[in-house]
Amino acid sequence: MFVPDFFGQALNGLSYGVLLFLLSVGLTLIFGMLDVVNLAHGSFYMLGAYAGLATIGATGNFWLALVVAPLAVGVIGAVMERLVLRPLYVRSPLDQVLLTFGFIYLFEDLVKWIWGGRIRSIPPPDLFSRSVKIFGATVPSYRLFVIVFGLVVALLLWLLIERTRLGSVIRAGVFDAEMAAGLGINIPLVFTSVFAFGAALGGLSGVIAGPIQSASPPMGAGILIPALIVVVVGGLGSLKGSLVGSLIIGQAETFGKAWLPGASMLMIYVVMALVVLARPQGLFGRPLR
Amino acid sequence: MRGLTRRTFLAGASATAAGVAVGPWVLRSAAQGAPVKIGLVLPYTGVYAVLGESITQGMELVFARENWTVAGRKVEMIREDDEMKPPVGIRKTEKLIDSDNVDILTGPVHSGILMGMRDKVHNSKTILIVSNAGADAISRERCSRWIFRTSFSNWQPNQPMGGWVANHVAKEVFITAPNYQAGKDQLGAFKETFVPAGGKLVGEDYPKLGETDYAPYLTKIKQSGAKAVYAFFSGTDAVNFVKQYDDFGLKQSIKLTGAGFLTEPDVLPAQGKSALGVITGHFYTPQLDSPTNRKFVADFKAKFANKTPDGFACQGYDTAEVIVRALKAVNGNTKDKDKLVDAIARVEFDSPRGRFRFDPKTHNVIQPFIYVREVKEVSGGLDNVPIDKIANVTDPGTGCTLPA
Repeated sequence: MFVPDFFGQALNGLSYGVLLFLLSVGLTLIFGMLDVVNLAHGSFYMLGAYAGLATIGATGNFWLALVVAPLAVGVIGAVMERLVLRPLYVRSPLDQVLLTFGFIYLFEDLVKWIWGGRIRSIPPPDLFSRSVKIFGATVPSYRLFVIVFGLVVALLLWLLIERTRLGSVIRAGVFDAEMAAGLGINIPLVFTSVFAFGAALGGLSGVIAGPIQSASPPMGAGILIPALIVVVVGGLGSLKGSLVGSLIIGQAETFGKAWLPGASMLMIYVVMALVVLARPQGLFGRPLR
Repeated sequence: MRGLTRRTFLAGASATAAGVAVGPWVLRSAAQGAPVKIGLVLPYTGVYAVLGESITQGMELVFARENWTVAGRKVEMIREDDEMKPPVGIRKTEKLIDSDNVDILTGPVHSGILMGMRDKVHNSKTILIVSNAGADAISRERCSRWIFRTSFSNWQPNQPMGGWVANHVAKEVFITAPNYQAGKDQLGAFKETFVPAGGKLVGEDYPKLGETDYAPYLTKIKQSGAKAVYAFFSGTDAVNFVKQYDDFGLKQSIKLTGAGFLTEPDVLPAQGKSALGVITGHFYTPQLDSPTNRKFVADFKAKFANKTPDGFACQGYDTAEVIVRALKAVNGNTKDKDKLVDAIARVEFDSPRGRFRFDPKTHNVIQPFIYVREVKEVSGGLDNVPIDKIANVTDPGTGCTLPA
């Protein structure tokens, strides 16, 4: 009785944690690379869900949506970076925060204007539309897919940033933009690409979350807090931190709900407070200057 | 740039000046054949905007039928978006009462806004016809001579379901609702008849409002040995809960039942086949087979781009019907508020939901029926098909004493 419960809940926590990772990784990348706290990241998540809905509506193909939606959101991200964010790099971070905060409302209204305010949902792909039993615990097969998919994304991102020439160009640009520019690297292009890539990751998470959660215009604002908590716990700008932070928060929230329902809303904040007390820069963050 | 700003400022300033000049004239003419002003405090943005929209459309259907003129007076609706936030809703209420001088107020969707606006409405003797919010207290210790309710008290759709679920579905039930007042009210009402009918609660849980991942609760439900679940969720919560309930394979083994909001038309399309077979209690469903309802559904579809009316539309329709009938009864005289209140209390008519009347003891609607409905495939998609009904469901009104 107790063991399958524990195992089942751990699996629930894992799938929720991986979803949180997909949600927050774009936010943490953009922050780590560009030093921009992009509060509109939740909007990319929402735009991804709606772009996915539109693609599925037109073609009926979930897998196609998984490719098209992130591309579409990436383009939106690139345009946003190029036109409105770039002039603000020289200004104080507060201006960037205010600007991206404003974009939350802009995108929300835009989506409402195009698709209306009704609640929608993305049906899971046929391949993963059933539930399976693992050691006595019932899990929707789609959640297992999310776990595997998320971990693969984490691995690919790590390889991309740490093991490729492109990754080293990006890291060089971030570490010392002036020096990198002197070496012939097109820094503005690097920044636009990174922002677009982070936005695309947000869009990807919107499609992935679609079959588990519902889609509605305010959904983007709703996930901002959990995503920010993950980033704070994991360490600002750290890819590894974003993964570990997500998994910890996922388990804490799941077991909180299961075993301490009265205090479940507090759990993630307690975890965050403990981490920040012990390591103000987060688990894997660079030490604060 | 500066020139534009100055021009905008001048335009704004002259508009304000004109408003000040016209103000007294508007006030004076209100005494004669001026429009009857009806203030609506409803959500017009956010997830609950679809509720505000349905309620408003229900009202428009009735007023349009009357050519927006009742007892010789024009009817004017003033809409305010409460954004589902109590501070905003209360501010908008004050604006409608103090500066628009509305004759009748209606709304809100959110019980917190209702409780927040209650004293302002009561003290200013403004007539409020509640068209959604179900806080029990407004029919109980916080009732008011000036407040009526056409929608429901949270107690009403749930209390009859307790006995029904125990007798027709299962005795071992897990109950769940969002962690806020309405959620606890609704489950409390369910328990009132469930336990005496021999039902046994095998567990209960209160996830946070706006929860997106119900997995931990669903795993617990599976472990609890429950034969059925009774749930109250609405909006995105209802979509996420019903979908995930099905994803986890619970639907086949543990019957899902709940308060009607769980599968209302605002969430049913997003739930899709996951909702098939869910049993809920509600005072309305567009599937009701009565002449009044058939006409209501047909007229509503004709006016609003083939949209099927939901319970919220019925609430709006009944609210406007009450207003029209009461205004006719007093010959359009809204100055004598006591007479108008008495006229509203006496209104009785055939509503899409059945014979509509208020309980004189609480000013809350007596539900002609609570329909037990099951989600089935009908022509044109999924809908709540009535399978049983419980007649004359009246809120107990404990602690409410209205001046006779």
